[in-house]
Parts: sequence; C-alpha cells; structure tokens
Amino acid sequence: MNIMITRTGRKRLWGKARLYAALLAGAVFAGGPVAWMVSSAFKSNADIFEYPPKLVDSSFSFAAFTSVFDSTEEIRFFLNSYLVGFSVTALTLLVAAVAAFALSRFKFWLREPLKVMVIGVQAIPPITLIIPLFGVVIDLHLYNSYEGLILTYLVFTLPYSVIMMTAYFNSIPRELDEAARIDGAGTMKTLWRVILPLSRPGLFAVGFYAFMISWNEFLFALTLTQTDNMRTVPVGLTLLMGQYNYQWDQIMAMSVLGCLPVVILFLIFQRHFVSGLSSGAVKM
Amino acid sequence: MTSLSTDAARYTTTFGPGTRATRERQRARAARRVQPYLMIAPVVVLFLALIGVPIIILIRYSVLDNVIFVQQSHFVGLSNYTSVLTSASFWSAVEHTLIFTVVCVVVQITLGFAFATMLNSKNIGRVTRAVFRVIYILPWMFTAVIVALLWRLLLDPNGVINYLLGLIGVIHTEFPWLATPGWAMACVILINIWAGYPFFMITLLAGLQSISPELYEAARVDGADYVQQLRNVTLPQLRPIIIGIGLLDVIWTTQQFTMVWITTGGGPLGSTQVLGTYIYTMAFQSYLMSPAAATAILLLLGSLVVAVLYVRHQRRLELQN
Repeated sequence: MNIMITRTGRKRLWGKARLYAALLAGAVFAGGPVAWMVSSAFKSNADIFEYPPKLVDSSFSFAAFTSVFDSTEEIRFFLNSYLVGFSVTALTLLVAAVAAFALSRFKFWLREPLKVMVIGVQAIPPITLIIPLFGVVIDLHLYNSYEGLILTYLVFTLPYSVIMMTAYFNSIPRELDEAARIDGAGTMKTLWRVILPLSRPGLFAVGFYAFMISWNEFLFALTLTQTDNMRTVPVGLTLLMGQYNYQWDQIMAMSVLGCLPVVILFLIFQRHFVSGLSSGAVKM
Repeated sequence: MTSLSTDAARYTTTFGPGTRATRERQRARAARRVQPYLMIAPVVVLFLALIGVPIIILIRYSVLDNVIFVQQSHFVGLSNYTSVLTSASFWSAVEHTLIFTVVCVVVQITLGFAFATMLNSKNIGRVTRAVFRVIYILPWMFTAVIVALLWRLLLDPNGVINYLLGLIGVIHTEFPWLATPGWAMACVILINIWAGYPFFMITLLAGLQSISPELYEAARVDGADYVQQLRNVTLPQLRPIIIGIGLLDVIWTTQQFTMVWITTGGGPLGSTQVLGTYIYTMAFQSYLMSPAAATAILLLLGSLVVAVLYVRHQRRLELQN
C-alpha cells in the first residue's frame, strides 16, 4: 500500500515536472523574442550585435526612448495612431451596437441575408480591396487624410464587432427589453438605458478589438497616406529603416512604445476580451 | 431618445379616443417594421460604398489595359487574366501561398491546442496560469510590422539566434537565414506561426473550459487513458470550433501581406513571394494596376470558396444552439 502511494505520488510529481518544463519552453518561445525587443531598446546601437549577446549590458540607457520623444516627426506618428485608433473605436462601438441590437432583437425579412453578409465580408482580402479603394479614396478627396483611414478601417473592425455584439446581446434576456417597452421606452432608449449598461463586458471586448485592429493596420495606412505627417506608427517604423544603416535601438524603442497601448489595454480588459472573442468565434 | 413631452403625448393618445389610438398603433407598427433596417443601414451603406463598389471597380480595372497611372484606358477583355494565368511567377506565388498556408494553419492550431491544454491543466495554480497565459498571448498583440522587424533583428547573421545555435553547435557561421532562398520561406512560416497561434490558443482554451467535466468522468469510469479521452471526448467536442477557426485561419493566412513584405519583401529571388506581396508589388511598385486587379480577383474568388464553407459552418453551428 505504502509503495503504491509513493509510486503514484512520484508519477504525479514527474507529470507536474514535465508540465512545468513544457510551460517554460513555451514561455521562452513566446516571450523570448519580446524580451529581446525590450532589451535591445535599452542598448546603444553599437552594442546590439555585441558578442556574446547580453540581455542587459553596460550600455543600458533610455537614450533610444528620449530620441523618439525628442523627434516631433515620431511623436506625430503616435498622435496620428491614437487619433485614428480612438475614432475608429468610438465609431465601431456606436455603429456595431445599434446594428447588432437590430440583428439580435428584431425579426425582419433581410435579417438572415444580412447576417450572412456580415460573416462573409470578413473573407475579403484587404490586398484585393486596396487597389480599387486607392482610386475611390482619391476620387472622394480623402487621400492622405484621417477621414480616409478611419472610414476604411471600419470595414475591418465592423464585421467581427457586429458578430461579437450580436452574440453578447443574445445572451441578455429579452424580458428586460419587454419590461422597458411596457414602461414606454422606445428601441433606442431601451438599448441606451437598459441593454448597453448590461453589455459593458461585450463593449470592452469590441472596443479593444477595434482599437487593436486600427492601431496595428499597415497596408491601408501605407497606401492611403502620402506625407510623413500623416503616417501612423506601423508605417513610421518602416520609415526608420534607413537604406544602409539601421538604427536598431531606435526601431526597438519605438516598437516597445508601439506595443504598449495594446498590451496595457489587454491587461485591463483581458477577461472580457477573451470571453467575447471566443463567443463571437463560436456562434452568432 | 423620446423626450418627456412626447412620452406624455403618447400616453394620452394611447388611452384617448379609439380611432386615434389605432392609427397611432398602426403607425408605430410600421415604424417598428422599418426600424431594424434603419439601425443596420450604416453598416450596409459602409459595406456597399467601401466593399461593394470597389469590387465592381476592381472587376472593371481587370478588363482594361491600365488605370489610375495612365491618361486613357482601353478595354482588353480577359487578356489580363490569360496573361496572369499563364505566367510562371503567378503560379510560383500560388505555390508559395499554399505551402505557407497549409503549414501555418496546421502548426498554429496544433500549437494553440497544446498550449491551451497546458494552461487548462489542473496541476497549475491560478496565478501561474494567468502569468503564462499573458506571456503566451503577447505575440498576437504586436502589429505585423513590429513582428517582422523584431524577427529580422533576431535572425540577423550576427543576431542572437545564430549565437544560440552556435552555442549548441548547430551552425558555425554567420548564417543569413532571411537571405538564403532555401530557408527564407521556413523563416516567414515560423514568424507567422509565432504571431498567429495565440488566437487559436485563446479560442480553444475557451472551448476546453466549456466541455462538461462529467464527460471526462464517464470516460475515466470506462477506463479510458489520456489518449483515449483526447480522441473520444476532447477532439469531438472541440471539432466545430477547430473547423471554424481553421477555415478563418486559411482565409487570413492566404491573404498575408504585411509581415512577409517587411521581413523579406517576397525575396530572396522570389522565394517568399506569396499572393499578397505579388499583387502589391505589381500594383504599387510596377504600377501594373490592371494585371494586379485580375490577380486580386482570382485571390478573391479563392477566398470566397473558403468563405462559403465558413459561413455554412457557422450557420450550422447557430442552428444547433
């Protein structure tokens, strides 16, 4: 009996050790490159390829970060990204919530075709759209403008946001709307006063998703803007790559700054986001 | 949206003389019928203006000789399509895209599943789980540009990866991974997997957590070991999710542009030229808008085939719920 217990105990311990070894290996794979990015941002450019490489070396300094903050051009990339990101997030939340409420609560003739359209639109390759949109945006005089970027980004954020929002609204009991209607509230009032306050987790998820998509977008930002003062962070980063000489310390410092907003927002909203994301992926 | 005074007005009309009340109710019912269309109108208008119209324009571009960068365009029928479909570079891009997509999708889902299973294990504490989860999700939050630049730094001939490989004796030279035709594709595949697997991990983790423990209990009573539980409980339960995100992944990966563009630009010697970089180079570097439009239409058709499968799959899921 005693031997049996120690044997199963040892087996369990061995299993646990293997699990932790696998977890650590995974963490090195996922986090190692990230650690190297942060480490390089604090080195001098000359020491980035030093031999042997060190995670923290004697040249540790904030110089690369201060040079990013000292450059009005690079500050502008960030301001542009924030402006576009927040506008896209606000518009996505507004438009998706209203549309999703209709899809969730009303039975109407075109409801099913519209749902199929919203799901199907996600499959259209951005690289396909950018060729004609380039012409359309020029014709609409939106080339090299914030409006051009914000409007076209909605095309990427809205489909999945509507899907996530619809799934979320479907999980809220209909009795609540009916109670509001008996109290004399119209549809929009019901949505605004009753449903949205209850949907905060869903709104956080959609808002984070929209911001992340907008903040990270590259192809449209590259193609639909022209002058350096209209560039967003992803495009600005590629401008930092000189023809012959790479300022790797500055590129990495700007990358760290470029990741921060999304990472911080994720840490704040992760619980809502993870459940919202998967509910949208599974059902609508 | 309704102000106090209109509320009061509605109150009196509803309970006032019969004819006015019924008229009001009829009008309200008509308004209610129109309302959902008004609510979804912004989405529809936006999609029509920025997806529907552009696709029609794209089709038009694809049957002209050249557009945007020329004064006059001429109708050339399907000759752009025939020249694309007979060019070796197009088929080479198709081949690269297929290899890239198949390997990425299979490995991303497998890796996502492995990590999700590890995070779902009962043998780790809550805090440990939360910490590892954040680390595992990190790569997914980075924009493709940062991912590409970071891996160029890591894979530099003098970079840290070559140093580590030298330490364990795999290589002894400053090997230029991204500049070697035989290796560049393997590298962009690795990078894409690194940046993409967390989405599948999160989704599969949520799926794992939604499987009823009773199913495992029953399997254990029947004497099923870990592998049998995996095959008879876990995988069948996750099947709908795996198919759904697998199709999404196929759609996304075939469209990959940014990461490959910044990492290799489609090179060296076209060895990482996928359809995304192929179309972009043609349109915005060679200014051959019309052949690019024809290629884009072909990619769109391919995506739509997968999209039809995806939509049907999602609808079936919805009906089951």
